[in-house]
Amino acid sequence: MIVRIATESQYRLPDEDAERLNDLDNEAVAAVEAGDEDRFHELFEQMLDLVRSDGHPLEEDELAESDVILPPPDLSFVEATAEFSGEGLIPD
Amino acid sequence: MPGMGGRMSVVIKSKINKLLDRAEDPSETLEYSYQKQMELLQNVKKGIADVVTSKKRLQLQQQKLEQQVVKLDTQARQALSQGREDLARTALERKQFAQNELQSLDQQVAELESQQAGLIEKEQKLRSKIEQFRTKKEVIKAQYSAAEASVKISEAASGVGEEMADVGMAMQRALDKTEDMRARAGAMDELEAAGAFDDNLQLGTGSGTDDIDRELHQLTSQSVVDDDLARLKAELGGGSEPAKPSLESGSGEQERGA
Repeated sequence: MIVRIATESQYRLPDEDAERLNDLDNEAVAAVEAGDEDRFHELFEQMLDLVRSDGHPLEEDELAESDVILPPPDLSFVEATAEFSGEGLIPD
Repeated sequence: MPGMGGRMSVVIKSKINKLLDRAEDPSETLEYSYQKQMELLQNVKKGIADVVTSKKRLQLQQQKLEQQVVKLDTQARQALSQGREDLARTALERKQFAQNELQSLDQQVAELESQQAGLIEKEQKLRSKIEQFRTKKEVIKAQYSAAEASVKISEAASGVGEEMADVGMAMQRALDKTEDMRARAGAMDELEAAGAFDDNLQLGTGSGTDDIDRELHQLTSQSVVDDDLARLKAELGGGSEPAKPSLESGSGEQERGA
């Protein structure tokens, strides 16, 4: 599968990583909803590490749409809260 | 692989997809939107120029503050050698404030530098992807049947489109941060205009504490200023006299150079 880290790069990852990535992703959103900033950053870092270490950057001449797009690595907790909680997910 | 991704990635993916305007016929995307891509590339160039301008401005402030630190230290030394511990303390408070500002400026300049490098890299990558697409499209047309070519070209077009949307996002984030720093730099300029760093410590005049002094008093760490004051005293007095706890200026000090 192809994963993009927004504002960074695209990587090709083994399909087996998909489940792990999804789990971390959903846990990260749960942390955002719980207002647990440290936990969120920890999980998000784990996601980025997984993609960067297991993935190979796409070649210059590869033009492919990503299967998964992760948020920019410098995403702040405030931004994450605005994007991933509240409206539509947990209406306040 | 449809339906892939956790909640966070799905939100981001749909956000990126919204940034893409897809042409009716994907195979024609780049033909029709050539102007758009060129505009985006121009915008990225402008974004980079903005970042550089902000960086230069911050660097100018760094230089000014560095000069102030030296000047205020000298003033504190002069004040102390004339027995004016109160003035010395004010000068050291200002110096401490300037040093704190310098530290945060250093971080900001470093951050702008990495943003500048990141944007330059993204711009080059996008440019090369657009060119790749242009050549690839012709090759695909020549090698495949019309139907197959259309599918392959449309896939490649999505890839380029996503790259364009991603560069757009990177640029927006860089500019937002630059905006914050500009606001901060503006606030520093105002503070400077208000005289926070001015050479207005007149030795010998009464110099009551004004608003700026009171503010500085609150902003600066007293213990750092105390340490600094002790250092100057030791330097000036050769360590012979223990620091007097009293702030009553001048009384009983011999070293005054009348």
